[in-house]
Amino acid sequence: MEINFSLFSIEIATALLAVIILIIGLMIPKQSRHILGYIIALGLVVIFGFSFRFYGLNTAVIDKMYLVDDFSVFFKQLFLVAAILVILASIRYVNKMNGNFEFYVITIVAALGMMVLVSAGDMLTLYVALETMAISFYILAGYKTDPKSAEAGMKYLILGALSSGILLYGLSLIYGMTGTVIITEIAAKIGLLSGYSPALVVGLVFVLAGLGFKISLIPFQMWTPDVYEGAPTPVTAFLATGSKAASFAVLARLLLIALPAYSRQWQLLVAVLAALTMIIGNLAAIPQTNMKRMLAYSSIGQAGYMITGILAMNQAGVSALSFYSVIYVLATVGAFTVVMTCSTQTDSDEITDYAGLAQRSPLMAAALTIFLLSMAGIPPLAGFTGKLYLFKSIVNQGYLWLVIVGLVMSMVSVYYYLKVAKVMYMNDPVDKTPITIPAEAKITLLLTMIATIFFGIYAQPLSVLAHIAGKALLTF
Amino acid sequence: MNFPVLSIILLAPIIGALINVFIPKENSKLLKAVAGIATFISLALSILIYYIYYTQHLTTGGFAFQENIPWITDLGVSYALGVDGFSLPLVLLTSVIGFCAVFSRSWSTEKRVKEFYILLLFLTAGVMGAFVATDLFIFFLFYEVVVIPIYLMVIVWGSGSKTRQTVTKEYAGMKLTIYLLIGSAFLLAGIIWMVMLAGDILGNLTFDIAAIASVNFPEHLQIIIFGLMALGFTSLISMFPFHSWSPDGYAGAPTAVSMIHAGVLKKIGGYGLIRIGIFIFPLGAKFWAPAIAILATGNVLYAGFISLAQKDMKYVIGYSSVSHMGFVMVGIASLNVIGLNGAVANMFGHGIMAALFFSIIGYIYGVTKTRYIPDLGGLAHQMPRVAGAFLVASMASAGLPGLLTFIPEFTIFMGAFSNPTLRIIAFIVLTGIIIGAVYVLRMAASVLFGPRKAEWDYIQDIKGFSLVPIAILIALAVIFGLFPSLLMDMVNSGIQPIADKLVAASQIGGSL
Repeated sequence: MEINFSLFSIEIATALLAVIILIIGLMIPKQSRHILGYIIALGLVVIFGFSFRFYGLNTAVIDKMYLVDDFSVFFKQLFLVAAILVILASIRYVNKMNGNFEFYVITIVAALGMMVLVSAGDMLTLYVALETMAISFYILAGYKTDPKSAEAGMKYLILGALSSGILLYGLSLIYGMTGTVIITEIAAKIGLLSGYSPALVVGLVFVLAGLGFKISLIPFQMWTPDVYEGAPTPVTAFLATGSKAASFAVLARLLLIALPAYSRQWQLLVAVLAALTMIIGNLAAIPQTNMKRMLAYSSIGQAGYMITGILAMNQAGVSALSFYSVIYVLATVGAFTVVMTCSTQTDSDEITDYAGLAQRSPLMAAALTIFLLSMAGIPPLAGFTGKLYLFKSIVNQGYLWLVIVGLVMSMVSVYYYLKVAKVMYMNDPVDKTPITIPAEAKITLLLTMIATIFFGIYAQPLSVLAHIAGKALLTF
Repeated sequence: MNFPVLSIILLAPIIGALINVFIPKENSKLLKAVAGIATFISLALSILIYYIYYTQHLTTGGFAFQENIPWITDLGVSYALGVDGFSLPLVLLTSVIGFCAVFSRSWSTEKRVKEFYILLLFLTAGVMGAFVATDLFIFFLFYEVVVIPIYLMVIVWGSGSKTRQTVTKEYAGMKLTIYLLIGSAFLLAGIIWMVMLAGDILGNLTFDIAAIASVNFPEHLQIIIFGLMALGFTSLISMFPFHSWSPDGYAGAPTAVSMIHAGVLKKIGGYGLIRIGIFIFPLGAKFWAPAIAILATGNVLYAGFISLAQKDMKYVIGYSSVSHMGFVMVGIASLNVIGLNGAVANMFGHGIMAALFFSIIGYIYGVTKTRYIPDLGGLAHQMPRVAGAFLVASMASAGLPGLLTFIPEFTIFMGAFSNPTLRIIAFIVLTGIIIGAVYVLRMAASVLFGPRKAEWDYIQDIKGFSLVPIAILIALAVIFGLFPSLLMDMVNSGIQPIADKLVAASQIGGSL
């Protein structure tokens, strides 16, 4: 069989980068290892620039086991961007954690897992990629040597393993009923089945549960606040963005490509779970006093909005999901960058310790306000356009109630976001010393902030790309 | 006309704000000057286009000074601006009040003066954008842009009230924000649904108001979507029972924000209800009009009576503005050209009057450090100019002939009485005028007149730049009072197409 390896070059380059960093890291003395962060960021930027050439290929390789379509390229670029931003933001933070360079290597491996995941054309590749990503995160979550981080790692490991098991069981049920693992062929095989198969419904629910865990859909969200709080902040940032976006992408592929025949079964389920996720996520965020926990609950609420893109079952919905994923990644990475920069100085993630941040670091206060308001969907920030795309894709299909729930809940979220803004702008700081932002973190902060404002005012460039991605998933 | 005059009116305050970002915060005079110049550019150009429209376009009607740039193509969004006889008075009102707000005394703007002017300029631009947009996306964007600056301005520069200890400025700011945002959530849901339905019928997505209005929506959809939108717009115009953010918010806000909010921002609710609600969904409007009219009596009477009992000047004006919006809504609910004309003109009149009141009260509060009516008294002795202005505002509020609020209110009642179903309501609402006269005159009497109080002898009468807003607002109140056709002809040319559509829709409904 002829295999065109150049189609894998994004993944191969990323894997090579991880290996090279591992080798260089062992060869150079410990005190100069901090430069590895810059090398990785630079390497990923090169790969990112190179990845634009993969748009428009839309081919399947190795007997449809692996798909190189615009949808997967779009998400691969998103993971690269997220990885670059997180690594840049975390260089000082990692230096403080004894400068273990393995941190970067595992982060790239996690990103590699995500890339393979969105390109997976069969369920085995899918599962292997998912585990690559998940196991990297089990290690990363427990990376810090304090009890909270260890607890987070352990919690994520046990619950994650359980959810992987459920997912695998669901996938095997689907395989058992259809006799194929190739995602694009499942739908046709289901068409050949006579009538309605309860086993497939069970498989479907298990798949939804397994991936629902990763995207912290209610009722599988229990781990989210604890792990987000306990894990080192750069890990939280990458977990909240990369892992979630990848799981959304693969869920979209499974539900829309493999299982559209059972849409009557899953649509109602997904709609109810989406509504519950929006409501519970946003309401539970209100009483939080810890910044990372608050962001964790808010990210649960965000998952509720994002899944409406899958619920729509059309190209507009997938494009909206792709669009919103970018916006969500930018705002979330930005917000966690502020959290990690503050915590290196104050050693605290409590919201009360953000008092007077506007005086200590006007840039961070303004940036955090912008990220939070973008998540809430206040124009002219990007989150507003993103939500408009998402909700417009479902409003005409009988989900007006869900749109109203979503919009009202995003306005409720303004309440707890503004409480943070109030603390930053109104309360006087206990310690008046200015917080200096490391240059690398400043790059992340400025890039995410400018992009959040720019895509809010002029969404055209991103919406064109998202449109291509959405079209590729459904037509290919 | 190729000269992008509306963009300049809209962007001048934003550019002013961006310039202010780079001015050091100690230089408060320069900050204020930049804000003044930016809003003056808007004001001068607004007056100019008002004049051009009045002399050249009035007979033909329709939109003028249009601009259109495609913005987000797959959503069908365009950066489309334009004004007609309906929006022009409100554009003028916005730029007048924006300019006056810069020079009005707010009591605690000495701290963080830079941020104050930046936010104020964004606020002015946001309100302006809602009135000049002919694209729903741009309209909604500006409509929501203003909420966050207002929140920040209330919590940073606002003040609590002596009469309501529990209403802190933080509480007032959050209450105002949450009320308006929850309302806007329903509005946005309605807009998204409407745009998608219209897109299916027209064959392509568009946010253009005129294009969407060309679609004849089925009656049941009109009723549902108008209902959703009305929830958003009526909570902005503070319709009973969604009004309670308004008095608290105005009392808590600094002078400039109260002026802009009560003067123009609130009017976006009425503007949207007519421009989007009635124009696109005439049958939906017909269904909901009786409910709006009944709730409007709640505004006029309930808020009027509460206003009678207030001891804080800002609460008196806050509740009075809720009460006045009741008149506007009765005019809207009458669903005929006379009533709608009256509603729009009354929005303009109330805007000038409320801004004048808040500006004067801001000055009095600034010099006396109190707005508690029993503490004050006899201020006419120390501040004759302020007292004069206060009296003009009171007379305007009471609807004295010769001032700009008289003709609009009269027109509203003409419109309401000519709609047979509204006659009883119009009669009830008419009593609100008496209540209105009682509470403003009672306040004017106990603040301005009575024996001279020695404790206020140290204060100075208003002078210098602080006089600018008061002079401009009084001048407008008198000019438009003496020459009401300046306003009424303009409004009529803008309202006529909307009223025609109402008539056409009801004829189709009648033939069925």
